Amino acid sequence: MSELAPFVLYFIAALLVAVTHGTLRQFILLVTPVITGLHLWLNVDVGVFVTHPVMSYELTVMRTDKLSILFAYLFCIASFIGAIFSLHVNDTKQHVAGLMYAGSALGAVFAGDLITLFIFWELLAISSVFLIWARGTERAFKAGMRYLVFQVLSGVLLLAGALVYFHDTGSLAFNHIGLGSTAGWLIFIAFGIKSAFPFLHSWLTDGYPEATVTGTVFLSAFTTKVAVYALARGFAGEEILVYIGVTMACFPIFYAVIENDLRKVLAYSLINQVGFMVTGIGIGTALALNGAVAHAFSDVIFKGLLFMSMGAVLYRAGNINGSDLGGLYKTMPKTTVLCIVGALSISAFPLFSGFISKSMVMTALMHEDYGYLWLLMLFASAGVFHHAGIKIPYFAFFAHDSGIRTQEAPTNMLIAMTIAAVLCIFIGTQPQYLYALLPWEVDYWPYDTTHVLAQLQLLFFSALAFVWLNKKCLYPPELPSINLDVEWFYRKLLPAGAQRGVTFLYNTKESAVAMVMAPAQRARVIFSKSPVAKYHLAESWPTGSMVFWISIILTAYLLLDIFG
Amino acid sequence: MPDENQKVYLFDKPKNVSRLLNGFYVICILLVIADFILHRHIGFTWEKIPAFYAVYGFTACVVLVVIAKWMRKIVMRKENYYDE
Repeated sequence: MSELAPFVLYFIAALLVAVTHGTLRQFILLVTPVITGLHLWLNVDVGVFVTHPVMSYELTVMRTDKLSILFAYLFCIASFIGAIFSLHVNDTKQHVAGLMYAGSALGAVFAGDLITLFIFWELLAISSVFLIWARGTERAFKAGMRYLVFQVLSGVLLLAGALVYFHDTGSLAFNHIGLGSTAGWLIFIAFGIKSAFPFLHSWLTDGYPEATVTGTVFLSAFTTKVAVYALARGFAGEEILVYIGVTMACFPIFYAVIENDLRKVLAYSLINQVGFMVTGIGIGTALALNGAVAHAFSDVIFKGLLFMSMGAVLYRAGNINGSDLGGLYKTMPKTTVLCIVGALSISAFPLFSGFISKSMVMTALMHEDYGYLWLLMLFASAGVFHHAGIKIPYFAFFAHDSGIRTQEAPTNMLIAMTIAAVLCIFIGTQPQYLYALLPWEVDYWPYDTTHVLAQLQLLFFSALAFVWLNKKCLYPPELPSINLDVEWFYRKLLPAGAQRGVTFLYNTKESAVAMVMAPAQRARVIFSKSPVAKYHLAESWPTGSMVFWISIILTAYLLLDIFG
Repeated sequence: MPDENQKVYLFDKPKNVSRLLNGFYVICILLVIADFILHRHIGFTWEKIPAFYAVYGFTACVVLVVIAKWMRKIVMRKENYYDE
């Protein structure tokens, strides 16, 4: 039984969901993550290794160790919460895509070789894009296309890297790869696209806010976390990741402060959180790697909770722009409280899940003596609280009263959010259970006077800055607007450049033709005036008659050939 | 319901807002005082500055907002910018 790969259960469920409806379908949606989770818990142990020979390669569909099993648990929890949240949806396409997507993520974390990883890598891309397209708008369709281009490019680089790696080493096994070779760099960039490295991140901030209310909840859980897993396995301890991670943690918070679409604010803060994980992987000590993995675990749940609460707002109010919202606590009090739990968790408030995982990365930075980077990460931590911890709940539920009077979120959404909120507090107050699952042996405990006091000071005075700036009217108001990011290069510069290029080529062709045609025309005029022009052969003939005479000649050849 | 809009909610009363804020200010002050009473381990030298985290948190957020406001001048566009 331990050899049954968990993704198989999800793919079977996706097939069943496609042909069923109503209560039966809801039952399948809910029971799949539970059965898979139990299967992992009871049957699957560390050290399972299942290979299948395909052509001349040995593909390892199942390789289990503590790292892969931890991510598998996480993905089961995420898809269970996502299933409850989307239970009211009656769109077959979305349910099938959701299950395929979660199943592919499970397949990817158990993949023991690069080709199997590539297959699930591409399945992740293809299944997830339907969650964006399911929105049904022109904007969503275009954003989905751009998202898909990035994802497929990542897959192509991974495949190319895998083949070069096989050529160099004679092995396809997916273990530590490192940056010592071309293959290493190709695979690194492939992972980098999926984990939203700076300048490769715009698929995320462009695509996620365009997905459906429930789709974004799924999207936020899987793609980037599979990439974090892959980086932790393939590139742990590569120092460049520390610098990339710190950049990822810092730059999105500026965008998040001025962004109007609250789901896009969350997309930016997703990059910021992945930055903490990438930094941890780059440091590469046991404490840092555990911190990165633990933070991925907490992040999936609290970020899911935040996306769910904003999804509920979008679902009920029909709008998610900060400039149009406000005062929703009056009609959505439960969603408000649940959103605040998510906000406190992402801000790493003591007793909430972010605190017990982010502090590991921060402590590891301190142990390895990265002084200035530690200061930057502290800045990023304060910034997270500012934009995700305060801005999101404040502008959606409080601020000025927008006059929107709606209803509380549907029951299934409230249940999903409550489960996520309870998990956030449980992980935050009882971290020993999560720590016991972590892959590396570490003796670490986050709750000591120094740490709690330092974090509380940081957060309360960040909040004080918000209050002060608001009272002085210095805080940038929410404005209906968009902000230019990397996507400007391919959404504006490239098309404008291409437009100019096409116009230029067209003009060149026109003038070239004119240059050639003018003398020809003149020659024709001179010829028609000459005495030779009267003869029959000098006239222009209709094409039809030429074809006719050619076919006569060809027939004659044919007859000569047969009878000659 | 006609009286739905007349209903007074928790933060419609300015008194409740100022109560919340006053409580918040008190906690901030207590946290700074605690810094002088409780013993903090020091990892980096700059942590020796009294109430380092409080000062850093406040400054960081003000700097963040000032830079972000300035960024708006460069990157902000109309909502339909890409559709034109």
